Amino acid sequence: MAKKNISFTLNGGQVETLVEPRELLIHVLREQLGLTGSHIGCETSHCGACTVDFNGKSVKSCTVLAVQAEGGTVITVEGLAKNGALHPLQEGFMQEHGLQCGYCTPGMLMRSYRFLQEIPNPTEEQIRSGLSGNICRCTGYQNIVKAVQYAAKKLQATGGK
Amino acid sequence: MTPGNFEYHAPTDIKQALALLIEYGEEAKILAGGHSLLPMMKLRFASPGHLIDLNRVQGLKGIREQGGMIHIGAMTTENELIASELLQKKCPLIPEAALWIADPQVRNCGTIGGDIAHGDPGNDHPAIMLVTEATFVLKGPKDERVVAANGFFLGTYSTQLNADEILTEIRVPVIAKGTGYAYCKLKRKTGDFATAAAAVQLQLDGNTCKKIAIALTNAGPTALRAKDAEAVLTGKAIDERLIEQAAQKAMAICDPAEDQRGDREYKTHMAGEMTRRAIRRALERARGK
Repeated sequence: MAKKNISFTLNGGQVETLVEPRELLIHVLREQLGLTGSHIGCETSHCGACTVDFNGKSVKSCTVLAVQAEGGTVITVEGLAKNGALHPLQEGFMQEHGLQCGYCTPGMLMRSYRFLQEIPNPTEEQIRSGLSGNICRCTGYQNIVKAVQYAAKKLQATGGK
Repeated sequence: MTPGNFEYHAPTDIKQALALLIEYGEEAKILAGGHSLLPMMKLRFASPGHLIDLNRVQGLKGIREQGGMIHIGAMTTENELIASELLQKKCPLIPEAALWIADPQVRNCGTIGGDIAHGDPGNDHPAIMLVTEATFVLKGPKDERVVAANGFFLGTYSTQLNADEILTEIRVPVIAKGTGYAYCKLKRKTGDFATAAAAVQLQLDGNTCKKIAIALTNAGPTALRAKDAEAVLTGKAIDERLIEQAAQKAMAICDPAEDQRGDREYKTHMAGEMTRRAIRRALERARGK
């Protein structure tokens, strides 16, 4: 099949690459663009490890075609830290021990990143349902919830920066 | 897991999309949210030679009221349904059901039109469409036709949608005064299809059930309208005894497929229980509780 040239905004910069229509966004991010932060867990849109921000919404990048990113805006976990300073969410996951093996963490972070923009001051229940598309097999979720609460507080205090 | 080879098309208006559908015929598949089709393509249950992506087609999104009906663009996502104040007020069963579908990320992509047109009995919108007495706008190369949800679903992955047509809009009547509704769904975990689910919409006149519609999800080869169960309750003051009779009638039409969610007997019983719960909840709501 003829390859297609696609161009989109990735973590604030413009990228251009050649993809087969059948290639999934997660594969292109990891294998062609070298951003291996987003993980492949189940590849069946269940686990959420591949969650990225696409055009202002959280999506599972194993179930989006790379060609669909044409002209769009993608943010991955590599785009969270700014000028060497961790994003409040990354800080929260560290401070509250929101991870053990860390495999689900990039997806958890990217989902939480968008979730806290949708609901800046969430209840515990809202956090749990907001993150219900992301599976963690280590933590039992307690500390993930705490990490998101930590970030929510910090983001509120600093006006969402 | 990667889908097989295909050619990708991203039309920007519905005419182009229909022309592509004619050009590639049986080889073509319409791509909406992609969360049913792409998984099937990864597993090679589907291997279309041409994918026609509707995501860039103008005019297929949005929710508006027109002449006592709510018109929903087929490419409106589940999360857009949930967030719609218009739907919450005028067709509240739709956002209630959408909240039970998959998870937040999937609901950002999955669309009401895709959910309906896919013809999967495990999808949630078909039962909702049956009880709200929705109609579907099917656009073909020459003209469009409007068909009722009741009768649209022919079998598993089979609907009245012709190969050269695209579902473009869903039309749902605004609920009448005294309406109660509920969608009760049993699922093993977030993201799973229903083990069984029941949709109910009813209208009370005083204490009498003036009108009721009941439909079941994943209890047969299509969503099932439980007409016999409705007949038990129509024109009556609904009590627990009648609810039990209606649940038995609903169970009598179940024909579920055995799978990892349970055997036929279990699923049928769960369909009965979801029916009981949905009727009770709809009654409470109709009474303003």
